[in-house]
Amino acid sequence: MENLVILKKEDLNDFVMQIARTKKVVAPVKKGVKSFAFEEVTSGERIDLDYTSTILPPKKYFLPQKETIVEYDKSKKKWTPTLYSEEIVLFGVHTCDLFGIQCLDIIFSENPKDFNYILRKNRILIIGLECSNYCDENASCALMDNHNPNGGYDLFFTEIDDRFIIHVNTYHGEKLINKTGLCTKADKRDISELRLLKERKRNVFKNEVDIPYAELKPLFEKSMKSKVWDEIGEKCVSCGNCTNVCPTCYCFDIIDDINLDLNTGTRTRVWDSCQNGSFAEVAGGENFREDRGERQRHRLNRKFNYPVSKFRRYFCTGCGRCTRACVAGIDLKETINSLIEEKKGN
Amino acid sequence: MDPYKTINCKVIKIIEETSLIKTFILEPEKKFSFATGQFIQLTMPKIGESPFTPSSSQFAKGPFEVTIMKAGRVTEKLHELKANDTVGIRGPLGTSYPLSEFEGKEVLLLGGGVGMAPLRSLLLTLLYEKDKYNKITLLYGAKNPADIVYRDQFESWKKRGAEICRTVDAADKDWKEKEGVVTCLFDDYSVNPKNGVAVVCGPPIMMKFGTFKLLELGYAPESIYLSMEKNMSCGIGKCGHCGVGKYFACKDGPVFKYSLIKDIEGIWE
Repeated sequence: MENLVILKKEDLNDFVMQIARTKKVVAPVKKGVKSFAFEEVTSGERIDLDYTSTILPPKKYFLPQKETIVEYDKSKKKWTPTLYSEEIVLFGVHTCDLFGIQCLDIIFSENPKDFNYILRKNRILIIGLECSNYCDENASCALMDNHNPNGGYDLFFTEIDDRFIIHVNTYHGEKLINKTGLCTKADKRDISELRLLKERKRNVFKNEVDIPYAELKPLFEKSMKSKVWDEIGEKCVSCGNCTNVCPTCYCFDIIDDINLDLNTGTRTRVWDSCQNGSFAEVAGGENFREDRGERQRHRLNRKFNYPVSKFRRYFCTGCGRCTRACVAGIDLKETINSLIEEKKGN
Repeated sequence: MDPYKTINCKVIKIIEETSLIKTFILEPEKKFSFATGQFIQLTMPKIGESPFTPSSSQFAKGPFEVTIMKAGRVTEKLHELKANDTVGIRGPLGTSYPLSEFEGKEVLLLGGGVGMAPLRSLLLTLLYEKDKYNKITLLYGAKNPADIVYRDQFESWKKRGAEICRTVDAADKDWKEKEGVVTCLFDDYSVNPKNGVAVVCGPPIMMKFGTFKLLELGYAPESIYLSMEKNMSCGIGKCGHCGVGKYFACKDGPVFKYSLIKDIEGIWE
């Protein structure tokens, strides 16, 4: 296991400071009593590795909330495509969010490719962080099989007692480790403790709902006409929180702005939400998803049904953010359970 | 190739089709071609983009045409364009009518209102190689005689070999053809579903009942092609607006075989 190295916890501050000398480092930081956010840090001091879940997933670095894609000049009749990227080291990403980033990779790498995303992503180095416990009761990471790492990182940190055991997964990750000069090779004791932790996790993380992973897609397929959608539609206020905080929601709108010279301006893409009433509306007023229940059904089918047909994977990470962020108390696990109940009743 | 790259086009001429519909003849600054049924994003700086399917033949070199109904924010501004103005286009985007699947068959075009625009492109494209197809028929319906687009062109299409029947929902005293919704044209026109394909384009309600009528007449779901209008924004299957079940109208469509989408909940409305 020569791709495992050790960093002493007391050296974490130095580790981060070393990297931050030449690169932008982003890590989870405490924002309120129970809220956290990924933010730029220059040392290890502000980093909170006991964080539960950040308000927004790290997708904000891969797909910024607002991004200029074209600059235009009306008088010169010129359209100039633009691209923004920066070198970032993203530190402390939970396994659910690693999975979320992998989902975004699939979408934007699929033909026709989205170069704005791909080039930006190529400059972000990802350091994952193992979860030994649930964030809170809203998570369903065991159902989605995301409580353990499934790739998608350059380095992966597992915290054990006074040290981190780091899995070095890529060349870029290895280079970063070498540059800091703070890590040592893992020995047999480290490896056996790592194994113990994984075993302990098996008793901590258990499927949170009463349905096996493989049965989720059929459940959603069979629930197209379910009353559950009407019930959720009654509660939903179409605020779009659930899609904003979702690590795999990437829908956007393209909007033109003009500068005060009334000549130059920008075309930007901005996060949009399928929960907004006008999302599927066309000129003339025809709206293909007018009903709030229909829109919620659409959102969840784009997590549990459609992507399985297209990419053979679910697009739910189990992070629980949609439930946490819902102002109307719509709860993902409850929704799945209601669908299961309804099918049993039939 | 950057999918967000825009090509400038000069507006050569504008033709008023009806009070709400204009056809714009556009000359791209750079080489541009499309396959019939594909769409473009038409854009003006600050106003934004809107999707349209060209209404001219894919074989016509040089300028191409788009027919636009004033129906919303962007189209209102597009209607203010004058000759020699510049607009931007992105594309061509999406799927086209699979002409090779139409060869040796009777091709029926069923159109409603401004939905005639993509069908005109298809019709002109088919007529260019008309020997490849057993028969080319256009069944067209509009709300009233004043809403008929391309009104002076139907005769020439007939001369070139197309069979054409028309109807309006509400006739006036000069109207000599059929009166009623578009499906009533099947009362007098016999089709050949066994060796035929049908292409439908029009408002959602017309597409729904048009498709059901075709099925009733014996067309297989695999032989019915729909041009689906949805809210296409990015045009490359990413932004999510034009989702039709697991498909995107901008990438997997806008031309869909009915068999592909028939089981998707709520495709019509």
